[in-house]
Amino acid sequence: MILNVDNISVNYGAINALRDISFTLNEGEIVALIGANGAGKSTSLNTVSGLLRPTTGKVEYLGSDITTVTPQAIVNLGIIQVPEGRKIFAKMSVWENLEMGAYTVKDRKVIQERYEMVYQKFPRLKERRNQPGGTLSGGEQQMLAIARGLMAGPKVLLLDEPSMGLSPILVEQIFDIIQEINKTGTSILLVEQNALMALAIADRGYVLDTGRIVLQGDADDLLHNPTVINAYLGGETTD
Amino acid sequence: MNDPSSLPLTPKGNNNLQTNTNTAAKKLQAFQNSKFMKLLRPILGVVVSLYIVFRLYQVLVVHQEYGADTWTRLLISGLIIGGVYSLIAIGYTLVYGILFMINFAHGEVMMFGAYAGLYSFWAFKIIPIAGDPPTNFLNAYPILAIILAFLIGMTVSATMGFFLEKIAYRPLRKAPRLVPLISAIGASIFLQNAAMLLFSPQLRDVTNPDILRRGAGWTIVINGSNVILPYTGVFTFILSILLLVGLYILVRKSKLGRAMRATALDKKTAALMGVDVDSTISRTFIISGALAGAAGVMWGIHNGLVYYFVGFIPGIKAFTAAVLGGIGNLPGAMVGGLLLGIVESMGPAALGIDFQLKDVLSFLILIFVLTFRPSGLLGEVLSEEKV
Ligand SMILES: Nc1ncnc2c1ncn2[C@@H]1O[C@H](COP(=O)(O)OP(=O)(O)O)[C@@H](O)[C@H]1O
Ligand SMILES: [Mg+2]
Repeated sequence: MILNVDNISVNYGAINALRDISFTLNEGEIVALIGANGAGKSTSLNTVSGLLRPTTGKVEYLGSDITTVTPQAIVNLGIIQVPEGRKIFAKMSVWENLEMGAYTVKDRKVIQERYEMVYQKFPRLKERRNQPGGTLSGGEQQMLAIARGLMAGPKVLLLDEPSMGLSPILVEQIFDIIQEINKTGTSILLVEQNALMALAIADRGYVLDTGRIVLQGDADDLLHNPTVINAYLGGETTD
Repeated sequence: MNDPSSLPLTPKGNNNLQTNTNTAAKKLQAFQNSKFMKLLRPILGVVVSLYIVFRLYQVLVVHQEYGADTWTRLLISGLIIGGVYSLIAIGYTLVYGILFMINFAHGEVMMFGAYAGLYSFWAFKIIPIAGDPPTNFLNAYPILAIILAFLIGMTVSATMGFFLEKIAYRPLRKAPRLVPLISAIGASIFLQNAAMLLFSPQLRDVTNPDILRRGAGWTIVINGSNVILPYTGVFTFILSILLLVGLYILVRKSKLGRAMRATALDKKTAALMGVDVDSTISRTFIISGALAGAAGVMWGIHNGLVYYFVGFIPGIKAFTAAVLGGIGNLPGAMVGGLLLGIVESMGPAALGIDFQLKDVLSFLILIFVLTFRPSGLLGEVLSEEKV
């Protein structure tokens, strides 16, 4: 188990956003965290990233407790979040955004290698490396957001709704890339409202509803679960 | 709400909601868009422009009161004071860019730098150096003494900036925007009084090394009359420009600069990149403080008088300069400082008004910029966050 989220509750002031939720991520897995808008998916990721502190429960990374560790120390450990809405530094150039992704990497040679890897995966970014990030299209910005995450050399990648606002073709592309990244040894926690796509590439999944985990299991089982089909897959059957 | 400051860095178990932080800014904006302002703006604009054109015509064409020599003198003193304004203005703009607050105690940070310079020179003067004739450290090694005085002044002010943020602003990071502003004014008053108690209310003369004697300088002849290019002024101006260029390179090209810009743009995402947001904010105050400290030492060297109130007027002028250039905008603060220095120096002559009115002129500029173009001359600000 590379990541173990154990019984955490998170509040925003008086609002109770997560109640005693637990989930795990094993080495090499893709785990999908699905749920409607406001279910608490981003809150879960932000808690893992150390931006929010749970009132109860703990977060463990490779067996050690990281519940009270600072966000930057968590990045240093190799847990990297690609936030919802891409959050590109709009006024900084593409390469400066990538450089920010590699902020915790000290070795210039490693950074150089990562540039090559990232530019090979996303040739568009290389063409536009001197352009302000804010001038990229939505799809390109998502690519940049993922590329920026890869610059840190993640062991665990937390992806928050990477398909948001993208055309079906682009979503397809992004999900292919996510699988590719996973194959090179990065464990992935994938947050999605697009349950069908997410479960299609995931090993396991959790369904989150108003701050609670209501279902969990193998991705295939969830894809055929009547509750999931009705609530999250618009009632269509999958195959 | 995607206000980044609502998310990161909250104490354990206390993930507070960001509340009415932005209402004051919204009210200001609503006022600026109100019918009254829409009507007032063009009327005021036309009246002021006509008046300025009329005065310029009178002074420059009808009376021709001043010759090229006077204008050169005014330009020189404007550039010198402008460089100092720019250095201080940078501090307002950097802090605004990252915290969206005006650090009204910044002038006092500069004042402490001025005192540090004063006492450094004073101490160097009483360190005897044997020789024939016997001399002192200040004049035996003037360049070293000047470098040391600047290092001491910049360190003192940088330290002050650091603690100012930690004590007066950091605990209020989540509070509505008006609150840290009030804290800043309180800090400013506190620091002035602390300086008065520490250093006495007396005006102090700064003893420069002989190579930087005040009043001495190169003489150029214009229009048959002597125009003095003071050593202290040339030195001050060149050093300001060097520091400004250095700071610009730091912010645009270095890793720290990138972290500062990323933090200014989006604190939450910067934290997700592994940036220590708190320490980046601290460093911003340290850098701002160091520049203000340098400005303080320069002020002492060039103007010669240091007292507990010495940071007040330059502080407000530099704030005006930062607003003039576009608060949050780095080149804006630099250009704004130089421009304000020149306008303040040449403006009274050009408009044919009393030289004593130069401060009034500066504050009129502040009011006009806030009324007509709140985003300043260089428009866009560093931050994308919408108020
Ligand atoms: N900064 C915040 N302040 C207050 N409430 C918040 C904040 N962020 C999220 N919430 C609330 O917490 C709940 C979970 O939100 P979130 O984790 O963003 O859901 P999701 O990512 O699944 O759409 C929602 O009810 C939302 O309104
Ligand atoms: Mg979300």
